[in-house]
Amino acid sequence: MLGKMEATKWQGKYDVVVVGGGPAGMGAALGARDSGAERILVVDREAEAGGILLQCIHSGFGLHYFKEELTGPEYAERFLKRVLDSNVDVFSNAYVSGVATDSSGIKQVRVMNEKMGVQAIETRSVVLAMGCRERTRGSIRIPGTRPSGIYTAGLAQKFVNMHGYLPGKRIVILGSGDIGLIMARRLALEGCEVKGVFEILPYSNGLTRNIVQCLDDFGIPLHLSTTVARIHGRDRIEKVTVAPVGPGLQPDLSRSWDIDCDTLLLSIGLIPENELSQGLGLALDPVTSGPVVSSTLETSMPGLFACGNVLHVHDLVDFVTQEALLAGRFAGEWAQGVRRPRDNIKLTAGQNVRYCVPQTLAPGREHTIYMRCKEPMKPCVLKVGDLMEKKLRFVVPAEMITLKIKPDLLERFRGDSLEINILPAVGGGSSEEE
Amino acid sequence: MNHHSSRYDVAIVGGGVVGCAIARELSRFELKTVVIEKEAEVGFGTTKSNSGIIHAGHQSPAGTLKGTLEVRGNRMYDRLCEELGFGFSRIGELVVAMVPEDLAVLDELKKLGESRGVPGLEIWDKARLHREEPNLAKNLLGALYAPTAGVINPYEFVFSLIESALANGVTLEIDSPVEKIDTDNHGLTLHTPHKSIQSRFVLNCAGVFADRIAQMAGVGDFSIRPRKGEEYMLDKRLKGLVRRLIFPVPQKTTKGTLIIPTFDGTIMVGPTACDVDDREDLATTYEGSDEIFNFVRRLCPSIGERDTITEFAGLRAVSSTNDFIIGPTKIKGFINVAGIQSPGLTASPAIAEYVVEILKKEGLSLIPKKNFLTHVKGPARFALQHLEAQKELIQKDPRFARVICRCELVTEAEIHEAIDHGARTLDGIKFRSRAGMGRCQGGFCTSRCIDILSKRLNCPPTAITKRGGGSWVIKEMDS
Repeated sequence: MLGKMEATKWQGKYDVVVVGGGPAGMGAALGARDSGAERILVVDREAEAGGILLQCIHSGFGLHYFKEELTGPEYAERFLKRVLDSNVDVFSNAYVSGVATDSSGIKQVRVMNEKMGVQAIETRSVVLAMGCRERTRGSIRIPGTRPSGIYTAGLAQKFVNMHGYLPGKRIVILGSGDIGLIMARRLALEGCEVKGVFEILPYSNGLTRNIVQCLDDFGIPLHLSTTVARIHGRDRIEKVTVAPVGPGLQPDLSRSWDIDCDTLLLSIGLIPENELSQGLGLALDPVTSGPVVSSTLETSMPGLFACGNVLHVHDLVDFVTQEALLAGRFAGEWAQGVRRPRDNIKLTAGQNVRYCVPQTLAPGREHTIYMRCKEPMKPCVLKVGDLMEKKLRFVVPAEMITLKIKPDLLERFRGDSLEINILPAVGGGSSEEE
Repeated sequence: MNHHSSRYDVAIVGGGVVGCAIARELSRFELKTVVIEKEAEVGFGTTKSNSGIIHAGHQSPAGTLKGTLEVRGNRMYDRLCEELGFGFSRIGELVVAMVPEDLAVLDELKKLGESRGVPGLEIWDKARLHREEPNLAKNLLGALYAPTAGVINPYEFVFSLIESALANGVTLEIDSPVEKIDTDNHGLTLHTPHKSIQSRFVLNCAGVFADRIAQMAGVGDFSIRPRKGEEYMLDKRLKGLVRRLIFPVPQKTTKGTLIIPTFDGTIMVGPTACDVDDREDLATTYEGSDEIFNFVRRLCPSIGERDTITEFAGLRAVSSTNDFIIGPTKIKGFINVAGIQSPGLTASPAIAEYVVEILKKEGLSLIPKKNFLTHVKGPARFALQHLEAQKELIQKDPRFARVICRCELVTEAEIHEAIDHGARTLDGIKFRSRAGMGRCQGGFCTSRCIDILSKRLNCPPTAITKRGGGSWVIKEMDS
């Protein structure tokens, strides 16, 4: 059984406590171990660590990190084995309800657990790795009744893959996020009638490979620039009215049509799970909805780090791992007393850049910057101030852009703010190098 | 179908807040009382969509029964809250002046309220208003402050009323729409799909269906027109944006579109007021949301659609007289308690006393019970407890350490408690425990709640419903 572990040997005092035992949390624990930190604890609210990967039984994980294609549980298991082999404590069935810091900077992580009650765990640094949640019907406007049968795609995935039940038989999917696409295929394989995927934007929000493998291969239509404009049914959803959208994304009801269905799945985006971050009063980025972090992935609370989907929503778990290893390393170094000068360069999102993480940089170190574009563009040039530019074949909002910045690059820079822009490539003249 | 027959002193048709308040009031006496509810649980009709406001009593028109019962009802809530343990807080309300002409209306409302005995009414000038509520629009000109107005969780209230009534011997029949009523010399017989129920008195508390129930009994002298109200619940990040209920001056058909700081701290905006024909039209609309947000932004500019976590609609039972219709009819024993629109929630405990007086006049003998239980235990509400109290709860029951709903921090013990107290559906659990009410809207807890509910009700997960009837949640896989 995967990651089954009781808190038999937890010590009460730690160097690094990681909140969340999904891919980000496991990566952070390993990163902390690599940094030389000794006492590391991962707290997870489920009975088994692994996070949302455990319900992602499809393959497609690990292509970047392991250079092979794994299922979600396989990817989780590889990491969990490393975590346990590295002598990291895993405290499962435990819920973190708060973090307090005393005047010396020592932190108390408040944890609830059935067997141990409410405990305060002392630690030098903390890594937030709680992942994300799905946007719901309330976060967009879908008029109509409020029957049963309207689920987020992730909840439907849990019903099918973890509990062995179907959310319904005749399915309409709103939003073309990856989980929605994966569930279109999953439910088609279970014999459900998947009537179509409707996306309000003129392009999909899912990875291209998922459009091909999950929709095209199963003959499931994708309707772009179309949305669900009304929900019908008293007890159970009976049909939806869908309509193409005009300018301003307003549905054009004069061109609407009805589709009979018993289930509506929503795959309309993910938001960092910021319950704890908000409770701690961390500075949050209004675009990512996650904490603002420095180049060491440290939040506005000293000694408190964040990584993975709680920081910003990633499309591939491989990048979560990469980021988490870094956050864990910095948290581990912090626990061992390493203090770095504050970042002195602010990173801002310019043209066609929705956000970039981290929000600040410091010279003299290598940086990995994660960003997303606002709109698809091809071909284009990614510019970091006037310091560097990189030609990109294409950018789409669904695919995160990763940019490595070499240690010496910022040494030449004298300003205090760098803007990142994604601009159309002019006549293909830009070079592939910086 | 197994057609039982039972005989009661009083049968209450409709388990909304009015029916349940009356049931609890009658349970003080040596009587056989039954509540007959068409839905899977009580309070699943108009009550659950209520704004949850306990009005001070200065807004209903002069000379109306609803105005009188509103003020009486308001005064009863402190004791009810103490006895029944539902959430109630007298946060006060402000009727704000948006244009100079409104200022005169505030004075009139103050006089009307004072003539009814509404205590503590004050006119606030512009400076006072903005000092007390700094997030309101800067161009608001002043306000009428009513300190006795408050907020409750309407579903919590109705659940505690029925629980008290059941503890004191009342019978509850759920999933039982009344389809036919026979009258004869012995009394009235109500026919539901499951059984026939004989009763000496029938109280028609059927909300938007009250005219149809009256017609079944042969009383056709009024009609009910549903008036739909849409409400939008905002994310709890806005908690504290306003501290009091914010009303515009009363509009023609309603008290207007409001900003409601709910008992749980989240801000709710609404309701609309739109007459509809369909008595089950609970659909929200683009028009409704535009109307609400455009208006509310004039009261408080920082409120916007993007903070909505959920929306819903309810139907007010507006009678053809535009007032409460409470009293005996030409059919002996058949008593209307109809047309209970706003301020029906506020008035409901006063309505209950009023109806008991009517029953007495109609010849029902009321012998007080010696062993009437006044108190019921409210929910534990783990999330609201201090650390030490939480530790104690977990020590007593480790299920308090298992978090089922992460957004509202609802624990497994509280889900079991909700089921102990009568929850039979996911909505029943939600309204009792708050599991699924937060910003993820059940994404995390739904499968956990299904699991617990199916074990406790000893039925397969596929038999669990959202709110009874055909609202199934999951299906078996084809093997």
